[in-house]
Amino acid sequence: MSGSGEGMELTQERVDGLVVGDDHHASRPVVGHRERVERAEPAAVFDIADLSVSYGDFRALRDVSLSIREHEITALIGPSGCGKTTFLRCLNRMNDLIEDARIEGQVRYHGVDLYDPRVDPVEVRRRIGMVFQKPNPFPKSIYDNVAFGPRIAGFDGDLEELVERSLRRAALWDEVKDKLKESGLALSGGQQQRLCIARAIATRPDVILMDEPCSALDPIATQRIEDLMQELIEDYTIIIVTHNMQQAARVSDRTAFFTVEVDEANGQRTGVVVEVAQTHAIFTNPSDERTEAYVTGRFG
Amino acid sequence: MADAAALGPARGTIDLVLRGRTRDVRGRLFQGALLMTLLVSLGVLLVLLWTTWNAAQPVFAERGLGFVSSDTSSLSSRAGVHQGLVGSLILVAFVAAVALPLGIAAAIYLQEYARDTRANRLLVTNIRNLAGVPSIVYGILGLVVFVQALRGLTGPDSYGRSFISGGLTLAVLVMPIVILISMESLRAVPAGIREAAYGVGATRWEVIRSHVLPYAAPGMFTGMILALARAFGETAPLLLVGAVTGYLNTPGGRNPLEVLQGQYTSLPTLIFSWAREPGEDWKAMTAAAIVVLLVAILAVNAIAIVLRNRYERKW
Repeated sequence: MSGSGEGMELTQERVDGLVVGDDHHASRPVVGHRERVERAEPAAVFDIADLSVSYGDFRALRDVSLSIREHEITALIGPSGCGKTTFLRCLNRMNDLIEDARIEGQVRYHGVDLYDPRVDPVEVRRRIGMVFQKPNPFPKSIYDNVAFGPRIAGFDGDLEELVERSLRRAALWDEVKDKLKESGLALSGGQQQRLCIARAIATRPDVILMDEPCSALDPIATQRIEDLMQELIEDYTIIIVTHNMQQAARVSDRTAFFTVEVDEANGQRTGVVVEVAQTHAIFTNPSDERTEAYVTGRFG
Repeated sequence: MADAAALGPARGTIDLVLRGRTRDVRGRLFQGALLMTLLVSLGVLLVLLWTTWNAAQPVFAERGLGFVSSDTSSLSSRAGVHQGLVGSLILVAFVAAVALPLGIAAAIYLQEYARDTRANRLLVTNIRNLAGVPSIVYGILGLVVFVQALRGLTGPDSYGRSFISGGLTLAVLVMPIVILISMESLRAVPAGIREAAYGVGATRWEVIRSHVLPYAAPGMFTGMILALARAFGETAPLLLVGAVTGYLNTPGGRNPLEVLQGQYTSLPTLIFSWAREPGEDWKAMTAAAIVVLLVAILAVNAIAIVLRNRYERKW
């Protein structure tokens, strides 16, 4: 179902987007037609409107509205506790796993409201993959790590070929091709994280969410992941949470700056979005002084 | 040259600082105290084993394995633990068949499916308390429920004093242990593994089946081993639910249901009744039966541990 073929030439031509069928209930975007796009702005994958998230009485995020564009890397930056990760986890309904999480507002994915009661969160997570802060391969073989997702999705094609393709795509194949039966935990941290990326790719999603994917890695491993993101962006849309502003500046096309607002009355700390713009604008010419204070290192 | 001269005294000071200080005295004392407690408890155990073995030794020397293969008898020279051993093995198998599936299923439900409500927390707290209830209380429960109320099912011809009554009583007794240890192992599964599995689009069942249970299995096995060893050694509840302590007909030529509904005995109850007999000969018999019980429990545990390790090695 992936709308983008392997080895697609990077030309002016871009996939216009996965268009959702008329049948709302199907909620499974179908492959749209390609068309020559000359317009400046790529299509939106996510349209988020007035999103608020609470855990019990604690409101973690308030009134977030922003769009995520196709085939772009969007970086989410901001100080600790500003709700970046909470926001990211709303995009593939991972917050469903937290019992007392309450989500208000709208998250539209290719036009479909992800929190529509008829939407199946399992299907959402197949289309919107995730890479976590700490590399978390399954304690199984490298092969099984990658094959698990397709298997449970009922993939009936050539699984070995899919595993190889995913590992190649994650720039890990050459390092592991002779030890696919060995445990994924035997790899180095950087390799484990690339294995996790391969695992996320294997279910053929169109968005990959990355929650500080390099925070546990050394600079060389980080470099490899960043290079990989630049390659993957041809086929995927990537949203990355990062604490590292240099990383946001290096890899992303657009950046959203989150911050924490403290309620004077009760001391509650709530995350809000201050500014979303082209990355170079955020870093060179921010329109909000809080953004400027953060990116210049005067705060946070 | 002046530099080298200056280094001399400085080096001496460093030497003093690094090596002159008294060692971590309290740490060493603590370590010593810990070692002592370990040695004391091991020593008690060894003395116990040694005296038991010494007392039992004449019986084994005289009768060898005949002691294990003979039936109960009122004559100490002819009595053996055969029925007790077989009875205990049947009991433990029955307990395993009842308590393990129920206990594990309850643990999976409580840990993975039940919401964190006040009622559920109360439920878990109660299970925790049940694990600490004295076993004689379970014996009374077994007497009232399994022996008397359910006599028609548990043993119509044995006045309810059957393998089924004893086994169910022991199953109820060990179930809290199985549930609690299984829940503990499930809780210890790293959140990262669950998230990773959900993240690639697994349903809750797929996450539990493919990742959570395999990861928790070794810990759950440990709980099962502990529970079955406990069931093997329990005496008090079995006395209440009517394990036979005297003469018992040898089961033979009966179908499994008849055996389960029939009279029974177990090794611990046999030991209990022999211990009350007067005379040096029965003392030795008691000690010998204890040795058989210990060996049987060790064997059951060893089998379970081998199974667990085999499962662990798979990944």
